[in-house]
Amino acid sequence: MEGGPATAGPPFKVRKQGQQQMPEQPGSTGHSMRRVRRKLDLFHVITWLMSVAAVVTLLWIVVSIIIPAWPAIQKTGFGFFMNTAWDANRDRYGAFPFLVGTALTSLIALCIALPLGVFIALFLSENFLPLAIRQTIRFVVELLAAIPSVVYGLWGIAVLIPIVQRFGGLLSDRLGFIPLFQGPVFGNSTLTASLVLALMVLPTITAISRSALVAVPGTLREGSYAVGATRWETIFRVLLPTAAPGIVAATILAFGRAMGETMAVAMLIGNSPRLSWSLLSPGGTLAGLLANQFGEAKGLQISALMYAALALVLLTLVVNMIGEAVLRHAQKVTAGVR
Amino acid sequence: MKISLLLGSAATLLAAGTAFAAGIQLQGAGATFPAPMYQRWIAEYTKSNPNVQINYQAVGSGAGIKQFTQNLVAFGASDAAMTDNEIAAVKQGVVLIPATAGSVVLAYNLPGVTDLKLSREAYSGIFLGKTKKWSDPAIAKTNPGVKLPDTAITVCSRSDGSGTTFVFTKHLSTISPEFKDKVGEGTSVTWPTGVAGKGNDGVTALVKQSPGAIGYVEYGYAKNNKLAFASLENKSGQFVTATTASGAETLATTKFPPDILRAWPSDPEVKDAYPIATFTWLLLDKKYENKDQGEAVRKFVEFGLNDGQKFAEELGYIPLPKEIVEKGLEALKTIQ
Repeated sequence: MEGGPATAGPPFKVRKQGQQQMPEQPGSTGHSMRRVRRKLDLFHVITWLMSVAAVVTLLWIVVSIIIPAWPAIQKTGFGFFMNTAWDANRDRYGAFPFLVGTALTSLIALCIALPLGVFIALFLSENFLPLAIRQTIRFVVELLAAIPSVVYGLWGIAVLIPIVQRFGGLLSDRLGFIPLFQGPVFGNSTLTASLVLALMVLPTITAISRSALVAVPGTLREGSYAVGATRWETIFRVLLPTAAPGIVAATILAFGRAMGETMAVAMLIGNSPRLSWSLLSPGGTLAGLLANQFGEAKGLQISALMYAALALVLLTLVVNMIGEAVLRHAQKVTAGVR
Repeated sequence: MKISLLLGSAATLLAAGTAFAAGIQLQGAGATFPAPMYQRWIAEYTKSNPNVQINYQAVGSGAGIKQFTQNLVAFGASDAAMTDNEIAAVKQGVVLIPATAGSVVLAYNLPGVTDLKLSREAYSGIFLGKTKKWSDPAIAKTNPGVKLPDTAITVCSRSDGSGTTFVFTKHLSTISPEFKDKVGEGTSVTWPTGVAGKGNDGVTALVKQSPGAIGYVEYGYAKNNKLAFASLENKSGQFVTATTASGAETLATTKFPPDILRAWPSDPEVKDAYPIATFTWLLLDKKYENKDQGEAVRKFVEFGLNDGQKFAEELGYIPLPKEIVEKGLEALKTIQ
């Protein structure tokens, strides 16, 4: 056991604390011990109850979505996820375009925000600039997370839509042969929504990646320099791989947030249930569909929307499970260097 | 000091509470489109009847019908009236009263074009996604001398369920068999083209922010937001712009069935009639358990039908034609 000397420390300290307490309550050691144990028991019970409550709440939410969704589940079955037509006036419900829209916007947002976020995190955790400046930049980036969703939506309408309208035209003229950039160009499009999502998840990725990078033991960096590695070699071969589990966790959290984001997306994506290859066309997401249609829905439409909500919950669950698996794998791989 | 202040304010609150309790409170909920009109009625009516408290929540037609059916409110409001199935679900019975009316206009964003005329072929083609450019011959034909850009048309529609969509799709289904077949009518339909926004204000914003856009909104919204809207070709081949008068022409042709005040004006062949207009309804119980409440609702709606109509024009609505007001007052008498 290499950890021998380390574990020898705490008991000594505890004994010392015990010795300090002893004079205060002479002769009541047994009593106080029992009291401590009872307190621990109460604490134990409370924590236990709280964790059960969390699990029960999740189950409760899922069950209370499934019950109203049942008529739609019975009627449309698994075809709900495959059908491309959402015609409320004809009671035909297919969520495929919204599933695609949800996945697509979140993925594009991540593709933009992940490299950007990790580079910002690297910059903030290295000593390229004086600490004060880095702290300010960090504070500002994290403030991005505090901006309400609807404000991002308004900003998107005022700033992003005109940009997409202008440069989208150029894009479709030059690259229109690629289905992704086919015209006609809409200001309210999948691309606009993805861009604003990228900005919204940037602080999540930056903050968590930065903490992961800062937490890399200094000895690793020193070791790397000692064997003659340059700074960039150290960053890419030592720091980033060691911080990888944290960066993966950041990515998953960001993906979850992007998929569930409602207000800003509903304001910018154009809310179209039609399937289109082009990023410059309007699209739709599950969360946006729910926000748009739930208020005025009736009959089977309510049920179908609940089914869509269930799909959204399951989608997030699956993403989180995949993320968890990746995280564990990454931890195993980097366990040696930690 | 603090305590006495607290006690003082508590006493005032209590006093206020009992004062309200002595009067009658009416809760209403439903459509957003007529909300400004109802708020105005409430303000004016409670001025002369301070013992009545009325509160109207603009939660949307669908939610209004739901709350009314569950008897959570004294009256509901809906742009699409109520279907027979919905009426059957209300135990205490339903009286539908047309309360006010409005037209649906096609607002557009074409810098420099102020008076756009759209033929039936043109606007049904646009909303079917067949007419894709502003320079299309179908549009150019009826707008000689107007310089139409060679840009794409962005069709703006509603993303939420809406009475406005219901009225507009009903009209398009009447004039175009292809639309009826491909899209159909309903409060929420899948448009073959374009972008969608939530609420009249959402569509208004979409039209405003994208040059080349066209969208359907309530007349009042287009007017208040100073959007340009197109003159539409009516059944007699005239191009008519939406005004209070041209909408009233259309409303006047509505034929109600004898037992229920529920009908939509269907594309009349009148020279000056604007083709897309509709009523919006108040939903009342046939029998109120609380007699005082029933009486209060009846009086309030009576006020709205008689004196309330004069606010219509300034708020962007169409005053109800005389014969419909009379029918409404008659129906009010059946409430117990």
